Amino acid sequence: MDTVRFVPANGEVAGSLPLGDDELVAGYMAVARARHFDERAVVLQRQGRLGVYAPYRGQEAAQVGTAMALAPHDWLVPSYRESAAALTHGLPLSQLVLYWRAHAEGWRYPEDVRVLPFYIPIATQLPQAVGLAVAGRFHREPWVVMAYVGDGGTSEGDFHEALNFAAVLRAPVVFVVQNNGWAISVPTERQMANVRVADRALGYGMPGVRVDGNDYVACLVTARTAVARARAGDGPTLIEAVTYRLAPHTTSDDPHRYRDEVETARREAEEPLGRLRAVLSARGLWDVERETAFMAELDEELGAALAVADATPEPRAVSIVEHVFAEPWPDQRRAMEALDGA
Amino acid sequence: MAPEAATTPLPDRAQTGVTMVQAINDALALALERDPTTLLFGEDVGLLGGVFRASDGLQERFGPERVFDTPLAESGIMGLAIGLALGGMRPVAELQFAGFLYPALDQIMSHLGRYRHRTRGRFSLPVVVRAPYGGGVHTPEQHADSPEGVLASVPGVKVVIPSSPARAKGLLLAAIADPDPVFFLEAIKLYRSQREVIEADYYTYPLGQARVVRGGNAVTLVSYGGMVDVCLKAAEVAAREGVELEVIDLETLVPLDEATILESVKRTGRVVVVYEAPRSGGFGAEVVARLAEGALYYLEAPIVRVAGWDAPYPPFTTLEHHYRPDAQRVLAAVRRVLTA
Repeated sequence: MDTVRFVPANGEVAGSLPLGDDELVAGYMAVARARHFDERAVVLQRQGRLGVYAPYRGQEAAQVGTAMALAPHDWLVPSYRESAAALTHGLPLSQLVLYWRAHAEGWRYPEDVRVLPFYIPIATQLPQAVGLAVAGRFHREPWVVMAYVGDGGTSEGDFHEALNFAAVLRAPVVFVVQNNGWAISVPTERQMANVRVADRALGYGMPGVRVDGNDYVACLVTARTAVARARAGDGPTLIEAVTYRLAPHTTSDDPHRYRDEVETARREAEEPLGRLRAVLSARGLWDVERETAFMAELDEELGAALAVADATPEPRAVSIVEHVFAEPWPDQRRAMEALDGA
Repeated sequence: MAPEAATTPLPDRAQTGVTMVQAINDALALALERDPTTLLFGEDVGLLGGVFRASDGLQERFGPERVFDTPLAESGIMGLAIGLALGGMRPVAELQFAGFLYPALDQIMSHLGRYRHRTRGRFSLPVVVRAPYGGGVHTPEQHADSPEGVLASVPGVKVVIPSSPARAKGLLLAAIADPDPVFFLEAIKLYRSQREVIEADYYTYPLGQARVVRGGNAVTLVSYGGMVDVCLKAAEVAAREGVELEVIDLETLVPLDEATILESVKRTGRVVVVYEAPRSGGFGAEVVARLAEGALYYLEAPIVRVAGWDAPYPPFTTLEHHYRPDAQRVLAAVRRVLTA
């Protein structure tokens, strides 16, 4: 099985691409927006303006490219590293900031945003993604579900159970494994004996596709095929997006303890944003002026989102015991009384 | 299908009544009939109708889209249920035995009880998980566990355990109508051990209310599920000696109806708490803690627990009755609190 790739690491495309100019520009802007947030988020965390944050530098194309294949009524089911995918599918930037501040207001996404909250227990989102996909069949406008997990997550039992359930139930779900080389400190080759995750699809009876996760074009085209297949009622697809975690696991992690950061620097050459920019530049679709103007727009957008987040009142102590049940029962009411005014 | 099918009693029902498993089947049929978003699934629940036949005939009646078999994986079943609920459905999942639910604990503890809270109320999970529990019928290893205490310790999930056919039907229908996740544990011993004439139509009993099933003034027995029968038997024997025991059936462990227990114990001053799970850390321990907090000065004697031993439930054998509390052990405890 070959790895799907349209744009090599140096960004030099020999022939034509399966995307139009508008799609390329829209894709670049979405990837650049994701990079912009991630870079600022790390700084904000260092300033104490965000909590512990899971960066995704290097994985923007894998997340944005796949998420761009969804229609607005489709659902996106993320792990904790999918801020870029969530943003792409409509999660407001201010909501994302509040989430990473662990602010209660960040937990309730707007009703029209079809993104589930970030999942921390590894791979637990996947069986739920299957259920959500099956539920879509009972609605007038059936939806497709795109669910994300990392290479480490493929070791979990829930990964197996979800893929098996999805295949047996022919659920309209697309599984995206971002194989970024690392599960905190454990490299992929110590996570699995066969490092080609896509090979596992055969065992479940679904198509498996290995794609260059740093090639936006390849990610989008592959995801579109998988989404179309799911929408047509032909069942799930496993996409392995091969990428590289250029960042630490989280802002609390110190990768120097387990990997050679010279190698990490070398892998910067394969990162997706510059690659896509090279494609646009070569086609005359992007230049320094547009870049400068767009960066100013992104600064402004993030500034506004931070202002919204900063203006959100501090949560009250009582919020920690709210929304446990639809109707609080006596024990909850007692807890609420104890915390009210605290 | 014609709605009459669910509401017309079987020929013998009006006279001989139904077993608890039939009452559960009744409730499931009514729920599927009333609400097209209700789905029923689990291992062997479709074609076979469940290993205890709780879903007998329901796939045939409501179709394989709404009543279906899943692959054999409990975490997958629980995750599927959560996802279906996120997508606007009302899933009723069956776990074949409560002793097999442990692989699903990650889904239960990390998500099922947490979803409403971690989305500030955007998502409700109206999930019902049915599971047969407990001993008394010589099941193989691992089939007789009583993990209600584990479930009751998870914030955000309710735990309901019926003790009779009529109660099972009304409580199960209430659980299915509830906006929050409910574990509905069914004592295997009770599935076919008693018959009761029940209402054929849809009805519910409220969750969160304990029930005084037999009034008395000497000692309060607090129990639930399969232990209610045991307590009633003990009460009958005691009554012959002129000692009136009050028997409380908790029915809902979470949310717990503390008021009913406290009222009774304040009146009797003596209490025995009966449950078949291992004694330490079992749900009965929570009941005892509540009594210590709320009724200590009314007690005439130390509280006594009659429970399973702190050992795994014994499989198959005739030794089972040494583990699972019976009327004799309850009566011995009653004597202790009366003579203290």
